[in-house]
Amino acid sequence: MEQKLMKGNEAIAEAAIRAGLKFYAGYPITPQTELPEYLAKHMEKSGGTFIQAESEISAINMVYGAAGAGIRAMTSSSSPGISLKQEGISYIVGSELPCVIVNVMRTGPGLGGIHPSQSDYFQAVKGGGHGDYKMLVLAPNSVQEMYDFTIDAFDIADKYRNPVMILADGILGQMMEAVNLYTPATEKFDKSWATTGTYKKRKHNIINSLYIKPEESETLNKRLQAKYKIMAQNEQRVEIINPDADIMLVAFGIVARVAKQVLDDAKSQNLSVGLIRPLTVWPFPSKAFKTAAKAYLTIELNSGQMVEDVRLEVNGRAPVHFLGKMGGKVLTVDDIMAKLKQIAGA
Amino acid sequence: MPLKFKKPDSLTDIAMHYCPGCTHGIIHRLVANAIDTLGIEGKTVGIASVGCSVFAYNYFTCDMQQASHGRAPAVATGVKRSLPDRIVFTYQGDGDLAAIGTAEIVHAAARGENITVIFVNNAIYGMTGGQMAPTTLNGQVTLTSPYGRRQQEGHPVRMSEMLSTLDGARYIERVSVHNPAHIIKAGKSIIKAFEMQLRGEGFSMIEVLSTCPTNLKMSPVKALKWVENNMIPFYPLGIIKDGSVKV
Amino acid sequence: MKTHNIIISGFGGQGIVAAGRLIAFAGMTDGKKVSMLPSYGPEMRGGFANCHVIISDADIASPIVSQADIVIAMSVPALNKFQPVVKRGGILIVDSHQVTHSDYRDDIRIIKIPATRIAMDKSNVKMSNMVMIGAMISVIGSPSLNSMALSIRDLLPQHMQYLFDIEMEMLEAGMAFEG
Repeated sequence: MEQKLMKGNEAIAEAAIRAGLKFYAGYPITPQTELPEYLAKHMEKSGGTFIQAESEISAINMVYGAAGAGIRAMTSSSSPGISLKQEGISYIVGSELPCVIVNVMRTGPGLGGIHPSQSDYFQAVKGGGHGDYKMLVLAPNSVQEMYDFTIDAFDIADKYRNPVMILADGILGQMMEAVNLYTPATEKFDKSWATTGTYKKRKHNIINSLYIKPEESETLNKRLQAKYKIMAQNEQRVEIINPDADIMLVAFGIVARVAKQVLDDAKSQNLSVGLIRPLTVWPFPSKAFKTAAKAYLTIELNSGQMVEDVRLEVNGRAPVHFLGKMGGKVLTVDDIMAKLKQIAGA
Repeated sequence: MPLKFKKPDSLTDIAMHYCPGCTHGIIHRLVANAIDTLGIEGKTVGIASVGCSVFAYNYFTCDMQQASHGRAPAVATGVKRSLPDRIVFTYQGDGDLAAIGTAEIVHAAARGENITVIFVNNAIYGMTGGQMAPTTLNGQVTLTSPYGRRQQEGHPVRMSEMLSTLDGARYIERVSVHNPAHIIKAGKSIIKAFEMQLRGEGFSMIEVLSTCPTNLKMSPVKALKWVENNMIPFYPLGIIKDGSVKV
Repeated sequence: MKTHNIIISGFGGQGIVAAGRLIAFAGMTDGKKVSMLPSYGPEMRGGFANCHVIISDADIASPIVSQADIVIAMSVPALNKFQPVVKRGGILIVDSHQVTHSDYRDDIRIIKIPATRIAMDKSNVKMSNMVMIGAMISVIGSPSLNSMALSIRDLLPQHMQYLFDIEMEMLEAGMAFEG
């Protein structure tokens, strides 16, 4: 297998091309800009279209058009740009179009900063745009996973006719690691709903999210909710280390890497610590929380967002603690160890 | 007796929701007629926008997408670039194209996207019930310019002239549907715009001066007169830019 | 099991990120696990630049180097920022042409090498990063010279391949330097 040293942003771009990406529109924003740069250079060779759009808003709507035309489409941005895309995402969900959206998170609110953050968790997993909807949200924590998850994302999107988000952060986008490159076998998905021209052989297809009659709107919403239920049953992904430990750390993305490092230190200090790492933050991996842990410690680069989902899953069976960091610095092993000792001592 | 006049094949049988006297029906018919004339129904994808014409997707027999407010040119770009041999048009009102979607139309034209834009300008917001449009005339009273449009409400925007300055825009013409002669002329212009797309010539836009009797609070006939007497002097008819290949 | 936690730092334009990328690439070529985390954004515009490189026999947990085995410092601000994060007994390699005097810790090994001067004398100032890498390799023995050569070849764009010999020469000058 071909191995390459790549940035996380580049790995997503390369994986997308190999997964059959044929349309990309985006807009430059740090720390994800290497992704469109890579596609600008390499997409045409694979017969795809790259457009630097006039705005994030235009980019997501171009993706709507391309996805509606039945081809694999993607956009990417970082936090403020993802906010701009929310209306378009809501339309894409409402029209049941498959596409991949990448958010390489930076700090907020507002222009925030360009350093890594996980403060768009709520926006990604609870909605973000208007209406009742869900996206499947994948949370990689290495450059290899940026690659692997992107390949999976296109299939999941096509399978459910629903957008899939890759939720990364500035470090994962910028860091370089060795990546094993491979080209997936292309699965065929039914796209008979796409607006490819009737050729007078069928009734016209309509890509639309407007259902002005309450009954029709309710029907759409019920269909979407039924779909989310199936997704929640079938698509939970999680990595669990030491499931029988007394204290379970819960972390996703880059913080989970630091948490893994903590496990070794904790062992040497006779602390029984494990890790639950959601690979899908929606659907949240509820099955992972059927443990007998005496306490949970959720670690995030925000003020405490995923911890709410952890509390829902633990449902009072054990205390759920939180350790967060805002502003762009990443929690260190020492930070986490100090908190663990505090919890273990209490 | 031979049939002299019938509904174009590219229009569905669904009854349109437009108000009595509204000219959207006429303009739909002209677009459908162009599609029939060129025999492109099977490979055409239309993009409906937000505004009164939001339901256009129900009225054309070709494949249709419904775009969010102002974004039809971006959606059309996505479709056309994905399926370059299909014919793609947007159907947008003045609020959609000249206010909330200004960036999208400007940049679709700047990129020279090979699409056809039907821009319906009736100088008022119809769907939301009579508010000021970007194309509302100076002095015109609307629900959100109750004292008549003044400096502080901003002056009306001549989109066709503005877009004609862009190198990517190949054909821009302003037409009107206020009387039969002009309707016939408008129909020819729309055909020409689609023909250009078929030849791969790039971005074309037909601005159609239109009426909204309901929100202008006029009878349909009076509204047509109002277009002639008030709109045309400010929005002169004719070809504003013609970069088409002469055939 | 051996792990090298490295921080390379200096001014933007000194080839800090390029050096990090090259070391990581060569480490990968040696068959090691590697990660490289550059600083990014406005702080790269002519100002302060740094990158974290980890080369390890085992899987790398976090790519962030909070305690460094080796710090390469090519400017005064870089030295001030990263001298404190060198592990006790670790190594600090300083470009003594850029940093003429400073307070140094006595619980770490300090290597002073006038990399900028050496690069200017032998080829051009932009090669000082290669001299610094050479100095590092002579101390820690990683990455291998063979992998460095392969990596330089691989990373140089086609129109800059003519620089290969000069880069190798600068690397070897750094390795041969005895302060």
